[in-house]
Amino acid sequence: MGYIIETRGITKRFGGLTAVDNVSMGVNAGEVVAILGDNGAGKSTLIKMISGVHKPDEGTILLDGKPMRLESPMDALANGIETIYQDLALAENLNVSSNIFLGREKTKRSMGVFNVLDHEYMLKESKSVLDRLEIEIPSLKNTIRTLSGGQRQAVAISRSIYWQAKVLIMDEPTAALGIAEQKKVLDLVKSLKTQGIGIIIISHQMYDVFEVADRIMVMRRGQNVATRLVSETTADEIVGLIVGSETVKR
Amino acid sequence: MNTLVAQRKRNALGTIGRNWVLVFLVLEFGYFAILTRGFASLHIVQMILFYGTEVFLLATAELFVIITGGIDLSVGYVLGFATVISSKLMVVFASRGLSPLGAIVTSIVITLCIGLIPGFVNGVLVAKLRVPPFIATFSMLGVCQGVSELLMQGIPAKNLPPLAGTIGNGHFLYIVPGSGISLLQRPDVARGVRVIEIIPNAVVFALVFIAIFAFILTKTRFGQHIYAIGGNIDAASRAGIDVKKHIVTVYMISSFFASLAGIIYVMKYITGKADAGAASLLDAIAAVVIGGASMFGGSGTVWRTIVGCLVIATLETGLRMRGTPTFDKYILVGVILIFTVVIERFFPDFKR
Amino acid sequence: MPRPHVQHDTDTPFVQSRTGKLLGRHWALFFLLGMMAIFAFTGPGFFEIVNFQNIIHLATISILLAVAETFVIITGGIDLSVGFVMGLSSTLAARVMVILGSTGIGEPALIALGALAGLLVAFIPGFISGTLVARFKVPPFIATLGMWGICNGITLHLCDGFLPIAGLPSVLPRLGNGYLFYIHKGQSFTLFRKPDYIPDERVRELIRLVPFSFILIAAVVLVFWYILHKSRFGQHTYAIGGNIDAAIRAGIDVDRHLIKIYMLSAFLAGLAGVFNVFQTGIGNYTTFSSMYELFAVAAVVIGGASLLGGKGRIVGSMVGVLVLAVLKNGLAISGVQPFVRYIAVGVLLTFAVIIDQLFPDLF
Repeated sequence: MGYIIETRGITKRFGGLTAVDNVSMGVNAGEVVAILGDNGAGKSTLIKMISGVHKPDEGTILLDGKPMRLESPMDALANGIETIYQDLALAENLNVSSNIFLGREKTKRSMGVFNVLDHEYMLKESKSVLDRLEIEIPSLKNTIRTLSGGQRQAVAISRSIYWQAKVLIMDEPTAALGIAEQKKVLDLVKSLKTQGIGIIIISHQMYDVFEVADRIMVMRRGQNVATRLVSETTADEIVGLIVGSETVKR
Repeated sequence: MNTLVAQRKRNALGTIGRNWVLVFLVLEFGYFAILTRGFASLHIVQMILFYGTEVFLLATAELFVIITGGIDLSVGYVLGFATVISSKLMVVFASRGLSPLGAIVTSIVITLCIGLIPGFVNGVLVAKLRVPPFIATFSMLGVCQGVSELLMQGIPAKNLPPLAGTIGNGHFLYIVPGSGISLLQRPDVARGVRVIEIIPNAVVFALVFIAIFAFILTKTRFGQHIYAIGGNIDAASRAGIDVKKHIVTVYMISSFFASLAGIIYVMKYITGKADAGAASLLDAIAAVVIGGASMFGGSGTVWRTIVGCLVIATLETGLRMRGTPTFDKYILVGVILIFTVVIERFFPDFKR
Repeated sequence: MPRPHVQHDTDTPFVQSRTGKLLGRHWALFFLLGMMAIFAFTGPGFFEIVNFQNIIHLATISILLAVAETFVIITGGIDLSVGFVMGLSSTLAARVMVILGSTGIGEPALIALGALAGLLVAFIPGFISGTLVARFKVPPFIATLGMWGICNGITLHLCDGFLPIAGLPSVLPRLGNGYLFYIHKGQSFTLFRKPDYIPDERVRELIRLVPFSFILIAAVVLVFWYILHKSRFGQHTYAIGGNIDAAIRAGIDVDRHLIKIYMLSAFLAGLAGVFNVFQTGIGNYTTFSSMYELFAVAAVVIGGASLLGGKGRIVGSMVGVLVLAVLKNGLAISGVQPFVRYIAVGVLLTFAVIIDQLFPDLF
């Protein structure tokens, strides 16, 4: 099927608890898969294995059809798997371009000897990626403390795009945003689809899911309970699958 | 059956782990007792308590502040400030014709009242102006030092009523074996007659206050609220607790105890000086941490803090009696301090 | 720790205006200049090259410690052990020099080796503090407090009690307190040493320029300014202070970085200690009441850093040190009693923090 990222029979246990139980799923390039489930269903743990934070006890992760062993978050990043966490992981005291280049700063040789941060390069590159995604940020030089929630979300997304994410994982992207900003972020996600990125979204917002996702995967008690095409299901059915009572039908 | 035994073993280990400081104290005391003759005696134990009284009070002061997630660096110099004020007042009152007891009591009362001011200022700075406790109390440290030096003008107080020293160094109970018991007053005996002293007054005085506030901390709503603020300040304020008022109160409690410590210092050494408490600050903070409180707030008890104080006091007295240079104390306290925090990571249920 | 952008009721138009921001950001500098202006009037002899050089020369140790604390505080930590690491380095360097002195090695060699020993030994407490903070997640306050005690104890052992170590080569104070240029008005000009025909007692008649300590300070400030503001290491330092989770997830090896930071801090404290030997000619332990570390922290905060981390600049910390040093010197020259200084420092510090609250966005 040519999944850009896939898990086969992946399992993770913490002590006596099986957080993720034999989950197989996949995401195609240019597709958005939403993972839904109640608290404790295993969504976060699954995501963390894909992004290199946890190592699976069983099963494999495949990137472009090739099995991968991800030893750390750096490994995942190096392979083009970018994660946007709920708290965005941005440094308040740094500006937009410093955040986009966080950990991967560009340096240049000054006076032939020293390695100096190349701020002009980073600013220029940041501006271009923001323009490409049609994001408007008033001043790139001020610290991101002055930005709204939606703008910060946009910066986090731009960071992933700039580093050529092949797979983008988003954990509750619209949770803390107002209505207008939610729409902007969802539009951004839709535009990312056209760039051939495989996107995984964890969300509790049913509206958002039905707005951007192509497929929905429901997890319950660590297992992949069901996968549905968004076009072939309803919110009620999904809720029923999450909660576990198949009889929740109007 | 096996699992029951295993579970009991686990519980026993857990209990030891959680109370390791107490176990450590016992072992420490035992170590010195074995190595030094006469260490395990009533006299030595009382000596430990006597010399450690100021630290007990300062540590209690710090405990309240640390539970709320703050720190009070000024307690050492509030102590000094209190010594300066109370000693000067005693001299003034005594020379104005008040009876020695009257002079002493009046001075104490006035000093305690004045001693609330630094705490009030600290509290307002931290609660209302949102100054980080480190900075606010460090500033207060400087202010107290400055004011103390100003009042002293370099001349230590003299001519305090001798009664102060008698009370400060006296004991609650005296037993002359074979003769009788005397309360508060040292019996006049011939030289060479043995007198057993029970519980120095200073220690009693301190423990009374510490006990009262320990009660407040564990049994009253106020105490509950203090823990809540330290645990999650947002949750506390949303639950309707007046966080600002509580914080101000807590810092006032801290400077109150520091003033008490200063008064006791004056009663013990019959003098007042600005830097009387400078060295005790770190002991107090170390005691609180060794006693298991978290620097992030929300945990710690008076009892455990006292145990922490005792660990340090025993160490100091023990080393002195062994003739070991007392600088080893700093090394050992440093090691114990770090060790405590590392242990806390493995036994994180050091909560109340 | 990240601070959310909260609209304070103190966000008046003034605070948001350009003048407001300018004043807020550089208040310490304005205060410094204002103070100097006042002291020029109230203190005879204040506004003179001799005095200024003296201020900076005596502040050398504070400057080194303030640079050290700047790095640590930006990461959101604190290093309370710098005062005693300084004492440790000082006494160890002195001890080594004394020991080597009895073996008959030439003076330059034993001075160099002693200094080297003092510098190297400082890395140990730094490494331990850093490891405790980074890997064992001990709060920096506690970790460095513990090291404080340990270093103090070891230092006192080296001193055999509360005695400074003497018996060092007498050339040391001349190196530590020497100047680059010695000018005898109208008569001579010498480099590095006073002219031979002037005895020690009359040295004040000369115009002396550029103490050697300046060179040390300039070198240190330049190097560390560069590291903090121009290198990736500095950028990561700010990132860790701003949001440690973000730094971790961006792939920065935070643990190793923090260890380096505390080693850096301890190194500078060691440098201060070794320089102290050059300045005083003896090996000094640090006394309780010196409160070097607290004053270093105060200088850094006055200079604009926040104890929460993420903010701070070398230049700012320098201004902070100067504010405290000029205050001390100016008040002394003006004949004001010392206690005023204590109160003034307390007030300044509080003011610095309030300003920080009002202008949270300024870097």
